[in-house]
Amino acid sequence: MRALHFGIGLAIIFAASWAAAQVGADKRRSGTQDMGEALQKMQDDDTANPGMLFVQLGSQSWAKKAGTADKSCADCHGNAGTSMKGVAARYPAIPKGAEAPVDLDGRINLCRTENQKAERLPPESRELLALEAYVAHQSRGLPIAPPADPRLDAFRDQGAAIYRARQGQLNLSCAICHDDNAGRKLAGVTIPEAHPTGYPIYRLEWQTLGSLKRRLRNCLVGIRAEPYASEAPEYVMLELFLMDRAKGMVLEAPGVRP
Amino acid sequence: MALAFFVPAAAAQQVVGDAIPASLTGQPGDAARGRAIVANRSVGLCLLCHAGPIAEERFQGDLAPSLAGAGSRWSEGQLRLRIADGARLNADTIMPPYYRTTGLQRVARNFDGKTILSAAQVEDVVAYLATLKD
Ligand code: HEC
Ligand code: HEC
Repeated sequence: MRALHFGIGLAIIFAASWAAAQVGADKRRSGTQDMGEALQKMQDDDTANPGMLFVQLGSQSWAKKAGTADKSCADCHGNAGTSMKGVAARYPAIPKGAEAPVDLDGRINLCRTENQKAERLPPESRELLALEAYVAHQSRGLPIAPPADPRLDAFRDQGAAIYRARQGQLNLSCAICHDDNAGRKLAGVTIPEAHPTGYPIYRLEWQTLGSLKRRLRNCLVGIRAEPYASEAPEYVMLELFLMDRAKGMVLEAPGVRP
Repeated sequence: MALAFFVPAAAAQQVVGDAIPASLTGQPGDAARGRAIVANRSVGLCLLCHAGPIAEERFQGDLAPSLAGAGSRWSEGQLRLRIADGARLNADTIMPPYYRTTGLQRVARNFDGKTILSAAQVEDVVAYLATLKD
């Protein structure tokens, strides 16, 4: 009888610690962990991370007056270190008065056109990427925290559907590579889990900074699918889905990739 | 002859059991050309997913079984179907359909309506794989 009690007691203790381990064990991996040590060091060292040059440039644009309103970002938002902290961690979001979500570049361009009365910055342009990197950098180290806005659900669901659908001449889906085969080798490359933790990233192959959209476009081209148009809502939907999937993971922008 | 030209690629293949016994071109393929296609990352793309006995290609994939010994495991007809349209055997396969243009979504404009490999290229690849004996 005693032995039985003891046994049950042990079983309960084991069950409890097993459950605790399950809660604690987050097996998700940032793409950073799939890179070689040299690149990880480059990302972590601000004096070696080429993305930091864009952050620098972005801080200059932040303070520069633009448009017919003759206002800078700083004129409205003050010190980015406080006003922009956590912003990148909760995008895409639905701007006030709008119905569809925008991502961080979309939000920056809304400020350009509506508040600065300036021209939109072209997609992947140096100034847009620099501002995006500067804003994203203010959230470095913070957990990804999508907003609890039920209006986003339908958009996120569409992103999830795109993620799971086969497309392109090679007839593959994002999920086939990034869920089912993450960690395996596609030719020489370890397939990452596709968490948007580091964006915008400095990619050595591009020799410049690039947005998440550019990365997604690369994957689409890789499977010989027609990429979505450069500012298509599909990218924002995918981004919503990916951010939700990476909820709680730490933002690392600007990341470095091979 | 004119009619055959308009028949979609998939319909022209005669599937018998788990194989396409007849050559897609009516001609045997060339194993040396087939090897080059398999090795080429933007033509065959095979080594993105598979490993194979092609030593000069250092970066090979591990998403799929090795191609080594494929010629011992499968007949030419079986290899032909697996390359042309493996989904006929396993609907969930991730192996791309190399000789099918139907049932695909959002294919890039420059590839739309085209097969990944031509009939002659499929035959070359079949001829090469058939030489891979254990
Ligand atoms: C055939 C495999 C494959 C498919 C399909 C694919 N990807 Fe990727 N993806 C990769 C590989 C390999 C990399 C990283 C390697 C590199 O640098 O090219 C990558 C990188 C990424 C990254 C960057 C991760 C990081 O840490 O920087 C994201 C995000 C991503 N993919 C999302 C997607 C989405 C969304 C789709 C579908 C629209 C998709 N991928 C389709 C193979 C794939
Ligand atoms: C995107 C990944 C991918 C690519 C590219 C690819 N394959 Fe495959 N292939 C697979 C997978 C996965 C299987 C396993 C069978 C299945 O899933 O039905 C397979 C199965 C096979 C088989 C049957 C193997 C066996 O021993 O059972 C052969 C033969 C084959 N592939 C040859 C090729 C050749 C030749 C090429 C290029 C012309 C190629 N594959 C390109 C993923 C791929």
